[in-house]
Amino acid sequence: MNGEVPLRIAVLGAGHVGTVIARLAGQAGYSVSVATSGDPEEIALTIQVLAPGAEPRKAADAVAGADIVIVAIPLHEFKRLDPDLLTGKVVVDMMNYWPAVNGYLESFARKDLTSSEIVARRLAGSRVVKTLNHLGYHQLDEESRPAADPERRALGVAGDDPAAVELVAGFVERIGFDAVRIGDLHAGRLLEPDGFVFGRPLNRAEFARALGILAA
Amino acid sequence: MTSQFSSPVFGLDTFGDLNHEQGRPASHAQTIRNVVEQGVLAEEVRVDFFGIGEHHTEDFPMPAGDVVLAAIAARTSRIRVGSAVTVLSSDDPVRVFQRFSTLHALSNGRAEVILGRGSSIESFPLFGFDLADYEQLFEEKTELFAELVKRGPVTWSGHTRAALNGQDIVPHIELGTLPVWIGVGGSPYSVIRAARHGFSLMLAIIGGSPARFAPFSELFRQALAKFGQEPRPIGVHSPGHVAETDEQARDEFWPAYRDIITRLGPSRGFPVPTPDFYEREVGPRGALYVGSPETVARKIAENLSVLGANRFDLKFGMPGMSQTSLMKNVELYGTRVIPRVRELLGAASLA
Repeated sequence: MNGEVPLRIAVLGAGHVGTVIARLAGQAGYSVSVATSGDPEEIALTIQVLAPGAEPRKAADAVAGADIVIVAIPLHEFKRLDPDLLTGKVVVDMMNYWPAVNGYLESFARKDLTSSEIVARRLAGSRVVKTLNHLGYHQLDEESRPAADPERRALGVAGDDPAAVELVAGFVERIGFDAVRIGDLHAGRLLEPDGFVFGRPLNRAEFARALGILAA
Repeated sequence: MTSQFSSPVFGLDTFGDLNHEQGRPASHAQTIRNVVEQGVLAEEVRVDFFGIGEHHTEDFPMPAGDVVLAAIAARTSRIRVGSAVTVLSSDDPVRVFQRFSTLHALSNGRAEVILGRGSSIESFPLFGFDLADYEQLFEEKTELFAELVKRGPVTWSGHTRAALNGQDIVPHIELGTLPVWIGVGGSPYSVIRAARHGFSLMLAIIGGSPARFAPFSELFRQALAKFGQEPRPIGVHSPGHVAETDEQARDEFWPAYRDIITRLGPSRGFPVPTPDFYEREVGPRGALYVGSPETVARKIAENLSVLGANRFDLKFGMPGMSQTSLMKNVELYGTRVIPRVRELLGAASLA
């Protein structure tokens, strides 16, 4: 792990995905806040039970103090997220465009760009990193393992800003997964719902082999 | 934990999984008639509940489970009958209430309803709903359903259906109340929703470690207290198959399970299941209850304790299995699994 450890994580979303990420981040020693578009009081009990130690806050407050902002909302809710809120932030996009499961979205129905590239265009003032999207929330919950474990699972990390990718890769490592850097947001195509690694818990060697990455 | 309510309840659920006979698919009609026979046998072997889940596909030709439940109710007198689940978001809550209050009448008060989405989404495009509206649809329609099951005229307005103003909805529930559950696959919002309305919680655990759901039971109990509701039952719904021996159960279930997960994979994000994956799911830390009566009973007893639950519904069968093996499963579940789980839970509570 590099010397600069990010200590403050904001999770946007308190559903099945957001609560799992908040719990994993809290267990890894991060200071975690969780926000939705609503009143923090509405999620207070959920967070207290499912992600003890994390703090429910208003979105603006959670984001303002965060080193990494994790967007854990369904992609169809993304249009309601205010890009200004995230200006200047490192933002983890763990959303997927998965029409069969979440419905058709016109703004994401283009083949030339990955869903994260479309997200990054809208969040023009943020540094967007794609990761945590290709394992299910239950797999993230169950498969988190210490660094030395031979069965530790790999998560692909993709982004256009190398420093942001490093910061997020450090987070991924610390919550119990091997971070495999796979390139820019366009290369993040490999992590999308129709890709081979989607939904498959693989260790680093298997993951690298699956993606044809030799020097992982 | 299970001592909070009088006695644990054991059910069987089916999605009308398309039967095969001698390697060939049976007709939808035959599959539906077979489900009725399974429900009647379930009563004979003293299963407490028989549930039918709404589906709309070739593999699960079961869009009108309430009609099938009525046929079972007409041939039985004790077993409770209900949905597992009713996809409320793509239905009209008034019509759902009417169908289940009618079933309640026909069955002399044995009807239940489990509301949820299931893991299927076919009903959304079929009935003209947008999946992106799922949360709002479920939130509003659950709220209306909570009004419908209270007695008396209903006044309600929202965005997802026409408003009701002092409307009397018939048929009225004759005896007691219509038990309502919310099926939850992972959303804490649904746990809170169930608690707020005073509905019971059905944990749908179809993959991975059952123990992972224990915090949901805790959240449900705390949320009930917060909303000033009485304690409510917590149930577990999981897939499985019982045969005389572990080996036979695994061999009968595996090809059907492998094929359906492989076929659904592209639309649901399931990878093709490998034998290793199957081993894990069938083992003590997986979600499948596949094995001999003793193996399945031990796993049920263990997970009811871990989850603080007092009801277990085994979702039996898979598309491609034969009626003979499904009927054997029903028989063994009633005659051997349920008594053994009761024995194990009794021993645990005395210890």
